[in-house]
Parts: sequence; C-alpha cells; structure tokens
Amino acid sequence: VKKPPAQRTGAQRLESLLAAKEIVIACGSGGVGKTTTAAAAAAMAATRQGGRVLVLTVDPAKRLATALGLDGFGNEASRVPDEAFRNAGVQPRGELWAAMLDTRQSWDDLVRRHAPDARTAEQILANKLYANISGRFVQSHEYIAMERLYELHRSGRYDLIVVDTPPTRNALDFLEAPSRMADFFSSRFLKLLSAPSRNRLVSAATRPFYLVADRILGSQFLSDIAEFFALFERMGPGFVERARAVERVLHDRRTSFLVITTLEAAPAHEAEFFVTSLNRMGYHLGAVVLNRALPSWLLAEAPARLAARLRDEVDPAVAALAPGLGSEPAQVQRVLCEVADAFLNYQVVAQREAEQKAELAAGPEILVTVPAFDEDIHDLAGLLRLGEALLADG
Amino acid sequence: VAATTTALLERRLLFVSGKGGTGKSTVAAALALLAAEVGKRVLVCEVDAKGNLADFYETAPLRFAEREVQPGLWAMAMDTEASLKQYLSLQMKIPLVARIGPIARMFEFIAVAGPGVKEIVTIGKFCWEVRERHYDLVVVDASATGHIVGQLASPQAVNELVQVGLVRNQTQWMLDVLGDPARTGLVIVATPEEMPVAETIELAQRVRTETNVDLAAVVVNRVLPELFGRGEEEVFDRLANDPAALSEALGGDAGPLLDAAELAVRLRRTRAAHLEHLRNSISPAIPLLYVPYVFLKDHGLRATRMVAEALGQELGL
Repeated sequence: VKKPPAQRTGAQRLESLLAAKEIVIACGSGGVGKTTTAAAAAAMAATRQGGRVLVLTVDPAKRLATALGLDGFGNEASRVPDEAFRNAGVQPRGELWAAMLDTRQSWDDLVRRHAPDARTAEQILANKLYANISGRFVQSHEYIAMERLYELHRSGRYDLIVVDTPPTRNALDFLEAPSRMADFFSSRFLKLLSAPSRNRLVSAATRPFYLVADRILGSQFLSDIAEFFALFERMGPGFVERARAVERVLHDRRTSFLVITTLEAAPAHEAEFFVTSLNRMGYHLGAVVLNRALPSWLLAEAPARLAARLRDEVDPAVAALAPGLGSEPAQVQRVLCEVADAFLNYQVVAQREAEQKAELAAGPEILVTVPAFDEDIHDLAGLLRLGEALLADG
Repeated sequence: VAATTTALLERRLLFVSGKGGTGKSTVAAALALLAAEVGKRVLVCEVDAKGNLADFYETAPLRFAEREVQPGLWAMAMDTEASLKQYLSLQMKIPLVARIGPIARMFEFIAVAGPGVKEIVTIGKFCWEVRERHYDLVVVDASATGHIVGQLASPQAVNELVQVGLVRNQTQWMLDVLGDPARTGLVIVATPEEMPVAETIELAQRVRTETNVDLAAVVVNRVLPELFGRGEEEVFDRLANDPAALSEALGGDAGPLLDAAELAVRLRRTRAAHLEHLRNSISPAIPLLYVPYVFLKDHGLRATRMVAEALGQELGL
C-alpha cells in the first residue's frame, strides 16, 4: 500500500530529526555520497544546533579529513578546529568532532576488553590466524563499525553521532552483523572446531564433519584454527552479551537511519530495498536523501518542444542569428544543434530521475532532494553548502 | 595500443570490478555481449548476491546453472554453496557430500571461520571453467573495489595458511591460471568523477602489489561528449549573452535551452579534469577505453548493445 508523499517540507523535518536523535546512520549503496552527506549533516548540526557532534566514518579517504581542516584522523576522535569554521565564514554554536574507524585497532581493543586475562589477549593478538581472520570473518568490518558506534554512544561524550556505513556486498549486512556475531559464538561448530583433537573422533555425530573438514582443509590447518578458536571462545559470553547490546541500540528510538541514494536506477532500486527492509526489521527510518539530482526545470515541456523543433528545422534560426553573431552559418548551425541536443539529452536523464523519485516518494515520511553540485567538495565551506542544501530541500 | 587492446578479448578470464555506481555490471554485460558477437563462446557470471546482471540482457533472474541468454552467450549467478558442492564432487571426488544434511550450515560456518573459503570457491569455479576450456571467454561481474583484491588474492592467502590437504593441492593451478596474463586479466570500471577515479588509481596499485593478476584495461564509463569544438564556444557565449535574440529566432523562451547547454558544459569540464588525472596516474601501458554517456530512458538490452558497440570501437573491432 503506497502512502501519499509527505506534505511538510523534508527540510524542517530533517533538521528536527538531527536535533532529536542521538545516532543517525547514513546508509545506501556505494558511490552515492554517504560519507560526504553524513559529514555535511554533522557539520550543520554542530553549526546550528550546538552541542558536541561526532561524525564517524568508515571511509579511509583522506579527502574528508582535508575538508574538515584536519591532517587526518583515526580511531580517537579529533575536534575540527574553530579556524576551519571561521575560514568558512561560520560561527558554530557547538563542536564538531571526527573519527575514522580503524578496523584492526578496534578489533585489538575488543579482544583486550573481552579476554578473561591479559595472557589470553596477547595469545590471541599474536596468533597468526588472527590478522587474517579479524579482517574477514563474520563481516568483521561491519560488526566492528556498529560496535565502535555503540562504544562511542555509551561514552556519553556526544549529543549526536552521525555515522556512514561500510560498502557491503549485501546492503544490510552491517545490521545483521551483531546478531551473526552472537550466533557465531553460540554455534556448536565453534565448539567442534575448538575441541581438543584427542576428543574429536569420539562422537559418531561429529565424525563426518571432521572427515570432510580434514580432507578439504588438511588437519594442520584445522588444528591451527582449533587453537585460535579455543582462545577466542574464552571471550564468548562477553561477546554475545555485547553483540546483543549493540543490536538494542540500533533498534532504539534515539537511533535513526538516513537512506541516501542518487536517482540512478541501481542505487535507487537498492534504496527502495533498504526502506522496506528497515521498516520490516523494526529500525527507525528517518529520511531518504536523493543526492545529486538534476534541476527540475529540465522537465518542462515548452523548452523541450522548442529544442525538438530546433533540432528538426535549424536553418531558419541559423539564418536569423548568423549575421548578428558574426559567425559562419555552418558554425552557428552546429552550436544550435548542440544546444538543442543538450536540453533533450538531459531531459531524458531528468525524466529518468523523476520516475525514480516518484517511486521512492511512496515510502518514507521525509524525502529530501539535494541538487548536483558543479564542483567537488574540498573544504568545510563546501560541506556546509551541501549541508544548507540538505536542510533546504534543494 | 591496438595490439594490446585487441588482446583483451583474446584472454580467457576477465574480472570486471569498479567502485559501486560506476556501471561495472553494464560494462561486464557489454564486454561479454561484444565477445559473443565476434563469434566467441562466452560465459558471463555475476558474483554479487543482489546483482541485476539479468536486467542488462532483459532476461529472467540468473541461477547457478548457466543459461544461454544471447546467441553464444551463457549467463549465471554465483552461489557459493552450489559452487562448493560442484567443486567437491568434480574436483575432490567427494560425491556423497551433497547429500550430507547439514552441509549447508557446516559450509556457512567453515566459510566464516576459515579465511578465504568463500572467495576461493568463487574464484575456483571460474578458474575451473577456464582450465576445462568450456568457453572461449569467462567474464566475471566481480565484487566492487572494496572486496576484489581479497577475492583475487585468496588462493595465495590460502596457500600460505594451508600447508597440506586437498585445498592446498587446488590452489596452485588456480594461481597458475590467475597469474597468466595471456589468460587472465582485471578490468577496472571508472567514471570521470572524483571518488571513482581515486579508487581506480588505488585499486590499480593494490592489484599490482597484492595479487598476481594482470590489469588488462581501465574502462572509463559515462564520458560526456564535448559539446563545442574549436571556435564554437565563443559562438555559444555570444548566443548566451543575448537570450532574447535566440528566443525571438525560435519563437519561445530559449532560456532553459541555454541553461541546459551551460549545465552540460560545466559537467563535462569537471569530468575532463578527473579524466586527465586518471590518465596521468595509470601506467601508459594500460589501455584506457572510453564509453560515452548513454542518454537513454532505460538501461536494458539496447543500452548494453550501445556500450558493447562503443567498446568494440575502442578495441578496434
């Protein structure tokens, strides 16, 4: 059942969303501007609403640090200097902080926190499989992003945390990561893998597992894994509890999701999937942001008719204009044809976008359209310009 | 350059990767279509679970079992579980394994616990198709830039971790297939925009240092046409300075037409700078293939054909 599009403007609602929520999670498919939009929203919140605002990014691109006037930032949050705001001609009411997710560092911290003792922690960190595994298993990147978010939120240091999400193969992996992590540590296979090898062949039920596993992976590798998981399992209870807590925070009313998309077919399709899934899974969808939209005047019919007529019959216009322009008629003709084509071409794209927009408008309560910018964003002023557009609904 | 680029379709296995949103699947679909059109027997496969490769051929959703979607062109979707079963029964001669009840759950667990298992089952399928010479060319609509290196490097990683066992025996021949530039290559898809260009440059470096796969080509997708040639820009500027004259000549408000042309020029200009940066940052030995922006309403088979045609021109076919 399709709801009619929201009557109130998206802009006011988005601004109050930023004011009311404690965590805003920006999601969407790759390349739609998640990181930049998250940073722009955070910068606006810090400027207009005050308080301490943190933008947490999983994107290691140095560009954002540069745009924020920082040399770089890591797992520990850095404060964006007032000077950067002054250079952008803005007096912020609050503070803007930035942190980047360092997957490896966060995993190490997590191991240290949950290991029963320092010796176990060091054994895990030194295990040769650890580096390989911590980088890959159970969508570790996705999990650690949510875990870090939980940690920062719990610290109570920030009034608002805006976070972008890692590009995942499956759009919602990061949401399922905490529960998968909990399942992983509760799995009987973990117990099988971490069982001491002398007990392995005792049970008739587990025998086929080892026969196949040994044959595929080799027994040496299996015992390497076993040793690693035997160590890792000692962190199990703490891990499971923690993963459940992370899950609760993601579902909390104080947490809101921002689905960001461009109006191209594939990302828009994925955004629709996001919106349905978030609703179905009981998360709180805050707004959908349509990024880099072409201007709506491209949709007008009168100029399209004019352009089509010019394309079909260019000669009269050439004859009328060439003398005044003082140019060769052939040259004027080419220019006029290009002008007509440009309008017609971009109208096709704008129409494509309008259709995507109409489909997306059926879902969310807040829909914000942000225009395409001519230039890339290089500084805080650029981020704030984007932020203004975000809160002004194009 | 012509000799190098023609060789692109002479390879046996092409991985097509790129930042999300650059049109990686379009290019993979078009490359496969082009190869089939020049008479090759081609298999195209999507790796992402939520892929939409089928849309580019306007055909029903793809399954693990390949299906002929165009003359000479077979398409499939990767399913790691199905691939593992096939792999175990064909490669390792463990025929009963498919019938073991909890195999699926066990695989899930081993896949998360054992590093590289999922990746190697994926890569293994393609290498196997190449080794068995079922097709002249296998085109893989591969993972996006974030995951492709891990996938391509998985046989090496597994080789280092697993000292014995059947997996170990399997990785060596895979490495041989992947590391042979006459057979295997990576195609990176970029668009002339800031982030896709940055990620392409970074990926090109990582592929060189972290994998043994040869970078075969960079496809620059959605290149905007140059609007005005030499001297024409001045004509346009004079035209734009006097919109009333144009409106009068056309018999209607010409303002939006001039605005649209200016928009097109600005978009083209920013993109040209990014393109320049890409060209300067990628080794001159790597062919850059340009695909123009497709101003079409739908991205179905017609758009795929247009991209295939553009690629064919770039490759001198």
